[in-house]
Amino acid sequence: MITELGHFALILAFFVAIVQSAVPLIGAAKRWTGWMVFAEPAAISQFILTAFAFGALVWAFVTSDFSLRIVVENSHSAKPMLYKISGTWGNHEGSMLLWVLIVALFGAMAAIFGGGLPPTLKARVLSVQAAIGVAFFAFILFTSNPFDRLVVAPFDGRDLNPLLQDPGLAFHPPFLYLGYVGLSMAFSFAVAALIEGRIDAAWGRWVRPWTLAAWIFLTIGIALGSWWAYYELGWGGFWFWDPVENASFMPWLLAAALLHSAIVVEKREALKSWTILLAIIAFGFSLIGTFIVRSGLLTSVHAFANDPERGVFILFILVIFIGGALTLFAARAQAMEAKGVFGMVSRESALILNNILLAVSCFVVFVGTMWPMVAEMAFDRKLSVGAPFFNSAFTPFMIALGIALPIGAILPWKRGKLGRAAWSLRYAFILAVALALLVWVMQTGRSAMGPIGLFLGAWITFGAIVDLWSRTGRNGSFKRLLRLPGADWGKAVAHTGLGVTMFAIAGLTAWEVEDIRVVQPGQPFEVGQYTLTLQDVKRVQGPNYFSTMADIVAEKDGRPIATLHPEKRDYPVARMPTTEAAIDYRFLRDLYVVIGDQQADGGWVVRTYIKPLANWIWGGCILMALGGVLSLSDRRFRVAAGARKSTASGVPAE
Amino acid sequence: MKRLVLILMIAATPLLAVQPDEVLDDPVLEERARDLSTGLRCLVCRNESIDESNADLARDLRLLVRERLVAGDTDEEAIEFIVDRYGEYVLLKPTTSGSNLLLWLAGPIMLLIAAIVGWSFLRSRSAKQVSGNVDALSDDEKERLRQILED
Repeated sequence: MITELGHFALILAFFVAIVQSAVPLIGAAKRWTGWMVFAEPAAISQFILTAFAFGALVWAFVTSDFSLRIVVENSHSAKPMLYKISGTWGNHEGSMLLWVLIVALFGAMAAIFGGGLPPTLKARVLSVQAAIGVAFFAFILFTSNPFDRLVVAPFDGRDLNPLLQDPGLAFHPPFLYLGYVGLSMAFSFAVAALIEGRIDAAWGRWVRPWTLAAWIFLTIGIALGSWWAYYELGWGGFWFWDPVENASFMPWLLAAALLHSAIVVEKREALKSWTILLAIIAFGFSLIGTFIVRSGLLTSVHAFANDPERGVFILFILVIFIGGALTLFAARAQAMEAKGVFGMVSRESALILNNILLAVSCFVVFVGTMWPMVAEMAFDRKLSVGAPFFNSAFTPFMIALGIALPIGAILPWKRGKLGRAAWSLRYAFILAVALALLVWVMQTGRSAMGPIGLFLGAWITFGAIVDLWSRTGRNGSFKRLLRLPGADWGKAVAHTGLGVTMFAIAGLTAWEVEDIRVVQPGQPFEVGQYTLTLQDVKRVQGPNYFSTMADIVAEKDGRPIATLHPEKRDYPVARMPTTEAAIDYRFLRDLYVVIGDQQADGGWVVRTYIKPLANWIWGGCILMALGGVLSLSDRRFRVAAGARKSTASGVPAE
Repeated sequence: MKRLVLILMIAATPLLAVQPDEVLDDPVLEERARDLSTGLRCLVCRNESIDESNADLARDLRLLVRERLVAGDTDEEAIEFIVDRYGEYVLLKPTTSGSNLLLWLAGPIMLLIAAIVGWSFLRSRSAKQVSGNVDALSDDEKERLRQILED
């Protein structure tokens, strides 16, 4: 019964979205207030209906209602509760419902918190947002209905892919979708502004918090996915340049670019048409990401639900929305003349460099991801583009970005002097070079990647500190430092996070130690400074799996520091084995142990890795997200603050 | 029943990537072999190198690479040997030959274009005189903009 109600609510939401995508738009064009304000209750009720539908699906998973097709295919009665819930979005249909739920959520948020927006702009934003919703409601209802019933319900389900039964991954998709779909808000604002025919500094301020929020969610989502890959896939890789990873990484790069260019719009009223274009393309890449995952066009680890028909539908959505927006852009872009005047060396020009590097690096990832398909269709060559390509084609952009960042961040608006900016950063530079040299001397003969990464990380971090300190004025004090606006702190923290992540990736790549051997129980062996002993191997039964679990004691200087339990698991229902690495997490390094097969002589294959700075990769991501949150907390962003005054003066209803 | 499941489970257990019995005695050769393996695709896997993959085919390829290196091949010869048999598809880092040049140059060319466009935009911005600037906002709108931006 609840399932049918959910299905019905979804259909109702579809109709509400259809009306919402038309009525306020017409209202805005004709200046009919009644039609315009219709958008708000519509957006809110659309969200409530979708939330109810989603709740009904979660309920079906929680109660293991095996009369639903997707519950049978993705759940099992013995599965732990957390994974029953996360199973809701661990499949194609459910994840699309989550996607559209978030579209509706953002729409409702804009309706509730968008009090300060001019009524026509608000009506148009909500209409465009609803139009995106319509497309995805139709996609769900016509091609991938999560509420499909089976005529004969089986006794039990087929279980969720065991690789996905993991706390890190349970929350990876929701965050990623919040990010992807958050960019739809920037898109809606961009299209609404194009219809409106005008953008000004206030537009920049309105669109920035949404982009910032989307970027924060994307950062967290990508970090969770990468962390999961690190501990789950069994050799500690954290980034594979897989098409689907790229699909989430491209919107992240563009969202980062958009964040920065929107600052220029807000403060200096320049880069307007570029920012609009970026907002359209960024959401376009979110759609391309969805298309890549669902169409099966590019095979990858993540590709669930490879169905050409669905692929065509999403391609259709992509073409209509992005094609339409770009056409509108071509027609209206001239109307948005830049106002601000600035010198060749200025914060504005630095932000343009930032945008160039981020956008071109995104382009490189895009070309690399699509190239196997292009080469096969156009040149009849079947080839692969893998990690080695991206490492050598993408990394230079990040290095350039890292070198330019501290100088660009400290340049003043309008007109600056390169020499003066560089001079104020002299201590940061000297310290960073000294650290890199020190490490280079210590490591003798290893790849230069480590010292380069350390230099970049230190340069960015110290640069951010110098920048923050310089904000306190000529004779700065700690008190003033604490009273700086959230945006200043956010900038410093997020940039530091980027530096930390860069350093960590370089350090981990350069200084990792690996050991593979057959180990006899009870015989100690040495890896780096550690002595490990395999004490025992047991067979253990979990809730829905069997496990081969080893006890390995790690010692350093004769003192035990950790007991590790690497496992090999087998999920009989899903018929899939997994490896569970045991990791001793430490501040400076991880000790990463994996158990393999038993050999004929009774020994076990054990792989041991010492992974320096592994935690720093995600630590940096957390810092980046935290920086975003700090910026978001800046009271200047609270649009409602501006709204209080403006409602007093009132906007005449025409 | 439980025993059957256990037997099935052992049968289904994956092989880990590089096995101890594959490792060459000569550490220099082994290092080279590992380097080469990270650049070769496991043909039956999804975007995994043979160094990372658990598949049987990946193991065969790893052994083949080592065989060639022990036989005295240079890195290039060993790669060529494998590409001759398995095709270009096996290379994770595409060659720069023919149409692939486009792939490799796409980034630099785009950077050049972006740099030129950015540069000319900056020139036009810095050359522009402040005086001839027409404001498109009405006074009311300017006032409202000021209010919003002030907060």
